[in-house]
Amino acid sequence: MDALNALVAFLNFVFIPAVAYGAQLAIGALGVTLVYGILRFSNFAHGDTMAFGTVVTIMVTWWLQAHGIGLGPLPTALLALPVGIAATIVLLLATDRAVYRFYRKQKASPSILVIVSLGVMFIMNGIVRFLIGVEEQNFADGERFVISAGDFRVWTGLAEGLAIRTTQAITLVTAGITVALLFWFLNRTRTGKSMRAFADNEDLALLSGINPERVVAITWIITAALATIAGVLYGLDKSFKAFTYFQLLLPIFAAAIVGGLGSPLGAIAGGFVIAFSEVMVTYAWKKVLGYLMPESLAPEGLVQLLSTDYKIAVSFAILIIVLLFMPTGLFKGKST
Amino acid sequence: MTPARPFLLFAAVAGLFLVTGFLQSWNLALQVLNMSLISAIMALGVNIQWGYAGLFNVGIMGFVALGGLAVVLTSAAPVPEGWAAGGPRIVAALVLGAATILAAVLLYRRMPNGRLRGVAVALVLAGGFFLYRFVFDPAVTAVEAVNPATAGNLGGLGLPSLVAWPMGGLLAAAAAWAIGKTALGLRSDYLAIATLGIAEIIIAVMKNEDWLARGVKNVISLPRPVPYEVDLQKDPGFIAWVEGWGWDPVSTSSIIVKLAYAGLFGLVLLALIWLSEMALRSPWGRMMRAIRDNEVAAEAMGKDVTARHLQVFILGSAVVGVAGAMMTTLDGQLTPGTYNPLRFTFLIWVMVIVGGSGNNWGAVLGGFLIWWLWVVVEPIGLWAVATITAEMPDGSWWKTHLQDSAAHMRLLTMGVILLLVLRFSPRGLLPEK
Repeated sequence: MDALNALVAFLNFVFIPAVAYGAQLAIGALGVTLVYGILRFSNFAHGDTMAFGTVVTIMVTWWLQAHGIGLGPLPTALLALPVGIAATIVLLLATDRAVYRFYRKQKASPSILVIVSLGVMFIMNGIVRFLIGVEEQNFADGERFVISAGDFRVWTGLAEGLAIRTTQAITLVTAGITVALLFWFLNRTRTGKSMRAFADNEDLALLSGINPERVVAITWIITAALATIAGVLYGLDKSFKAFTYFQLLLPIFAAAIVGGLGSPLGAIAGGFVIAFSEVMVTYAWKKVLGYLMPESLAPEGLVQLLSTDYKIAVSFAILIIVLLFMPTGLFKGKST
Repeated sequence: MTPARPFLLFAAVAGLFLVTGFLQSWNLALQVLNMSLISAIMALGVNIQWGYAGLFNVGIMGFVALGGLAVVLTSAAPVPEGWAAGGPRIVAALVLGAATILAAVLLYRRMPNGRLRGVAVALVLAGGFFLYRFVFDPAVTAVEAVNPATAGNLGGLGLPSLVAWPMGGLLAAAAAWAIGKTALGLRSDYLAIATLGIAEIIIAVMKNEDWLARGVKNVISLPRPVPYEVDLQKDPGFIAWVEGWGWDPVSTSSIIVKLAYAGLFGLVLLALIWLSEMALRSPWGRMMRAIRDNEVAAEAMGKDVTARHLQVFILGSAVVGVAGAMMTTLDGQLTPGTYNPLRFTFLIWVMVIVGGSGNNWGAVLGGFLIWWLWVVVEPIGLWAVATITAEMPDGSWWKTHLQDSAAHMRLLTMGVILLLVLRFSPRGLLPEK
């Protein structure tokens, strides 16, 4: 019984939150890794792209709510998501046209492009604040739980409750569909194959008649969709705040690099590696260990390796270790 | 670039400050000038790293914050009760932590490659971590329990605040050494992400380690190198002097204090520019530029690229640390919650790029110009919104929304300026010769 309780506590406080967070990071990291693979620079504006897509989604959600349109038990934001994606696609294509294309024609070095993306980051951050301000916004509605902790206790008779929030379930389902579609597109369609060819060897791809501008445009379209989905899922699960989204940049980059920049499969693995490490290192294990150990040995302290404020240090430490010992990441991304 | 261009540009920027002084108030103009001087020093530090050596450091905020921490550790009043409660034990724990890392590094270097080495290093690190926490945690609890409302930390050394500025540089340099040792081998955009993370970690430590500098409870009333306004206003000699000129003692005292700060900051800035220019023109400077422009060729000529990168990374970070210490002294308080990468990292980068990377005077010019803009964009935005919305009916949604949003004009403007300069004048206002 104690072992079961320990397992349930572990699932409830560590596994489920980490899986949901990992899926959100993974979709974010997929966007970073695609831009890196095709356009060959680290896009510092990605966090703010996510914020922009989320803001548009939130505004449409409010409009729908005001008109009494909803999805019943599901959050209204899912209905607004396509509009958010469309707006982000327009924004990214416009940014590419106005900003990045010039440097692409010049074959500017990656560090110049990174600085350019800093400028884009400032502008997008400004737009986001202009649209919605700096306050925290909660926009999740509908049913809160798929399984609530109280119900679970009644059903199973265990002392520990297991709660699955709707937003966590939605995150996993949406992430699954998104990733499946993306991999189908990259591996099965002609356009997806031409994108992979372009990422592997630009010169050969150009020789075989692939239109680079089209590849770049499609990359931005997919990035916009991924960024908005990641942003909305994160916002539903937690909340939206412009500054938090900017700070998500670090775990997302960590995920993309740990998996291997330029490798979509790596981005997904990296997302879960980062999420699980963050949650496990900052979780207070007192409860779980309390069930597993005999009473005399039960821990007195919280058994927390690091306080939750050091989450960022965890993703960073993993990032550094991976960079130093296997610079191409777990899934052999690009090293140059 | 014509020889007159730097003078014209600096005169133009000086004109901006004069206009602020005449149109608004000299108090405000001096306040902006003081932060501009500090920003210019930060930009100088970034320029040393990026302009001389092409190192992409986006962890400026961390070094600024370390400079501020140095001010607390050096010039804040000591807290003897705190020290008695657990000071030596905390120091012992920190030494233990450093020894663990050292042992792990030595073990990694000495042992032959293989699984055994990985296990040994992991064991040393894990054992050291638990030992460190065992020694560290009770001491921290004890220290933080001492007068938590006013102290709860170890306090500083109580030295004069001017001593704290070089200390800020030293602390930042020490951190830069440790960071450089681990991260400098990475290529440019990895280094950028690594430094971004390190800066966040430094802020997280400063926010959470209350025993060090009270964390988010802030350390206030740090000593300052110039007299206090209230003391000046009480000084009969000062009052007689002010009245002789027919000025208002309150505003004059505040202007005098700001002028004194401006003088100190200006001296530091001039000294640093002089040193940087000398370094850039020396054989060392030529070597740095050679490394930046072609690492492989420089290495083939027998230059130790890694060592030079580490050196320049430490120097640039130290300059930023000095500026960070000066800023905390100017504020009179350390507030870890206010460090924000947009303001303390990316804005400094805008200064360097706009001013002209590789050119010390350019970085300084960028520091003055961009900080001035950062301050005035908000009132200008408010004014623009007021003009646009003047015709709109009161209480309309658009009017209130636009008025609320005018405050966010800053980031947008900085982004537009950065992109415009990168596009149309990529080498900045004062290009490298």
